[in-house]
Amino acid sequence: MAAPLVYTKTGIALHWLIALLIFGAIPLGIYMADLPLSPTKLKLFAWHKWVGVTIFLLAALRAIWRVTHDVPAPVAGMPAWQVRAASITHGLLYVLLFVVPLSGWLMSSALGVQTVYFGVLPLPDLLAKNKELGEVLEKVHGALAFTMALLVIGHIAAALKHHLVDRDDVLRRMLPGFRGPRT
Amino acid sequence: MKKYFLGLVVALTCGAVLATEFNSVQSEKSRVTFTSKQMNVPIDGKFGKFTAQVSFDPAKPDMGRAQIEIDLNSIDAGNEDANTEIKHKAWFDTQSFPTARFISSGIKSLGADRYEAQGKLNIKGRNLDIAAPFTFKPEGSGGRVEGSFTIKRLAYGIGEGEWADTATVSNEVVVKFSLFVIAAPVAATKSKK
Repeated sequence: MAAPLVYTKTGIALHWLIALLIFGAIPLGIYMADLPLSPTKLKLFAWHKWVGVTIFLLAALRAIWRVTHDVPAPVAGMPAWQVRAASITHGLLYVLLFVVPLSGWLMSSALGVQTVYFGVLPLPDLLAKNKELGEVLEKVHGALAFTMALLVIGHIAAALKHHLVDRDDVLRRMLPGFRGPRT
Repeated sequence: MKKYFLGLVVALTCGAVLATEFNSVQSEKSRVTFTSKQMNVPIDGKFGKFTAQVSFDPAKPDMGRAQIEIDLNSIDAGNEDANTEIKHKAWFDTQSFPTARFISSGIKSLGADRYEAQGKLNIKGRNLDIAAPFTFKPEGSGGRVEGSFTIKRLAYGIGEGEWADTATVSNEVVVKFSLFVIAAPVAATKSKK
């Protein structure tokens, strides 16, 4: 079966929605971590966790979408290493979309602060309170998020290189309203 | 025979009195904990050090008395940041008010093994009426007094200024107590005088 030329509307919507949430969650996470305790800090932590849960849920939808839909093939003429690098990056990003929120959830559980989604829906604590484990998970969560940030930067740089240098449709086909390649 | 019988009655009565007037709180088997909500997330805490004087006979609850003093510097509010913050002026101001104190004014039966203690709770220089329902259940060589009550932290000035926002930290704080009490014969004799 021939690969489609464009992503579906659902695929595009999920991509940009998740992108937006990551752009919010990572800087927020870095900013809030070292704040002195204040009501603002408590609010930011809660919001960060709500965004994380949302990313996890959207990632689940996106994974379902991805296995039930074909996606456009790499553009013609790309060197094999670039095709492989793109494929590995995409795969890792998919994994991190689950693992980063999950590590945050585990960290919260171990630190004794339950996650209550939007202040309404309490998520079960996956671990019992354990300060030492919580501090380890805090580092793990940070390292995973940092890895994700690096991959996202690489992903963006590659998209811009395709758009500005190669002048192909790699970025354009992920934008809403794109109907097909230019002729 | 009559004399023997009288002796038995006296022995039984004394035994019953000694066994039912609980007057010594075993702090190592007792806990005072609390739960507040931050951004609607329940956060548990506890007080490491407290002393309690209780005199309670389940058969005569009206005669009962209780006094509990809590060392507020022994607070564990869930994590280190919170433990430092909560001793500050805006919270408990433990430098000026190191102790919270409950003194009962009366205890009444609510039926079966349920009771209620009324009294004044003094925190941060404010003395307010509270009512704490509790249960009493025999346990091992003594009994367990277990109950809870809810306070409004702002009524005591706990968490003032920027922390007064109850959407972030709930005004309601549930305080739970579980005290293991035994009947100590010497103290029992004393308290009856």
